[in-house]
Amino acid sequence: MTGALEKPKLQASGAVNPRRIREERIRRRGFAVASASTAAVVLALWILIPMAPGWSKVQASFFDWEVFAKTFPKLLSAFLVDIMIFAWSAPLIAVSGLAMALCRDVRSPALFPLKLFAIGYNDVFRGVPVMLVIYLFGFGIPGLGLPRPWNSPYIWGTLALVCTYAAYVAEIIRTGIESIHESQRSAAMSLGLTPSDIMRFVILPQAIRRVIPANMNILIALQKDVALLSVIGPVEILRQAGVEKSLAANFTPYVGASIIFLAVTIPATRYADRLIERQNRQRS
Amino acid sequence: MQTHEKLKLVGLRKSFGEHEVCRGIDLTVAEGSMVCLIGASGSGKSTLLRCINLLEPIDSGQILLDGFDIADPEIDPLPLRRRIGMVFQSYNLFPHMTAIENVMLAPRRVHRRSRAELRDEITAMFERFGLKSHIGHYPDQLSGGQQQRVAIIRALAMKPEIMLFDEVTSALDPEMVGEVLDVVRQLKSQRMTMVLATHEMSFAREAADWVCFLDKGVIAEAGPPAQIFGNPKEARTREFLSRIL
Repeated sequence: MTGALEKPKLQASGAVNPRRIREERIRRRGFAVASASTAAVVLALWILIPMAPGWSKVQASFFDWEVFAKTFPKLLSAFLVDIMIFAWSAPLIAVSGLAMALCRDVRSPALFPLKLFAIGYNDVFRGVPVMLVIYLFGFGIPGLGLPRPWNSPYIWGTLALVCTYAAYVAEIIRTGIESIHESQRSAAMSLGLTPSDIMRFVILPQAIRRVIPANMNILIALQKDVALLSVIGPVEILRQAGVEKSLAANFTPYVGASIIFLAVTIPATRYADRLIERQNRQRS
Repeated sequence: MQTHEKLKLVGLRKSFGEHEVCRGIDLTVAEGSMVCLIGASGSGKSTLLRCINLLEPIDSGQILLDGFDIADPEIDPLPLRRRIGMVFQSYNLFPHMTAIENVMLAPRRVHRRSRAELRDEITAMFERFGLKSHIGHYPDQLSGGQQQRVAIIRALAMKPEIMLFDEVTSALDPEMVGEVLDVVRQLKSQRMTMVLATHEMSFAREAADWVCFLDKGVIAEAGPPAQIFGNPKEARTREFLSRIL
């Protein structure tokens, strides 16, 4: 009897377990195959692309080191404008997204118009491409003949982003709210808490925590879409890159701008992935 | 002994869509007594408790609390729910709060009492139920039995006049059933008025003042435990008990 109990204990201790050794061997072999094939593909591209007839031209117009070195600092400072717009848009989006989600969740019949508004709002702003909203807000509203500073593209561009993204965030938060089990509401109700207290102290804190990773992805998308405001005026990185492109008659500034975006989005994406992974682990 | 009718149900009916779960239930709970509802799953025990706590609106009938009909749709259910505590099968603690925060939330928000004011009183309750060292733990750091005891404290902290227990030991590992039932015994010794839906027949037999056997949405038989378990009159009661014991 004691023997049968001790055996699994021994197996659990890892390295001596023959099955573990076998699995480890298989994993190492898989890793070796994957590395070898990746290396082969990269090498082939390395050799083949320069053999294309237009390569020398592409290389000259997209990967000009001198142009890169000259324009990169300017791109970097133009990127500060993107960061600025992002920095004030994100909190506005969070607040209005939350407000919209709560409007959609109202249960009281007296507040039904609010719910209807939230549904309509969501349909419109999730149904129109961001670019179009930016054009419509950015050119349409100042076109009303508003005096300075109310004709600033920063204001209306920001509003376009906030309206569009708030619709997505509202939808995410609403799924979060709906994912909280009804029994939590029952328990809170049985204690005599008011509906607004139940939302504020019981449902929302849990719901928001659950949707943080999904909202991280929204932030990453927003960070890129800020560049779309270039079409209505602000000299942010994309517009700056366009200016530099014209001055140098060379596309390298676009490559520089891409690198700057990647430097921000890749770490942010990894972080979001880590959050999702951690959440999955907690739930299992 | 002259006893006060704390809770009285008269002709309570409740259906979900086509399905009528409670089909005319009459029940009187004397102040300080403990009533056990027994019966198969789906016999309407849980629904009945949820109706008493006004978590589900009833279709017809009366729920008299101290002789006052609380099922009247014109009445605000909030202040009434505060007089009735409820404990659920799956504990339903708030997972993002520690044990003591779970207990303090409702007194703080509803009775507007401060944390400092509540701390001593609630700590004493944790101590009484053997949970003092778990006061700052989150629900996922507690065993099922500990979670359920915290849930009971949470309901008691609102100083309810009646406690409803909805199969509070059904989700527990067998070795934890005892610690939760001990808490219920303690409440009984303090003359708390209680209604329990339960599958713990030996507990009902030993501790209940009155046992109701529910079958298909009606109370098929009711009486003191000695009669229900020792000498049931109805064939359905006998059949149910022979299946379960």
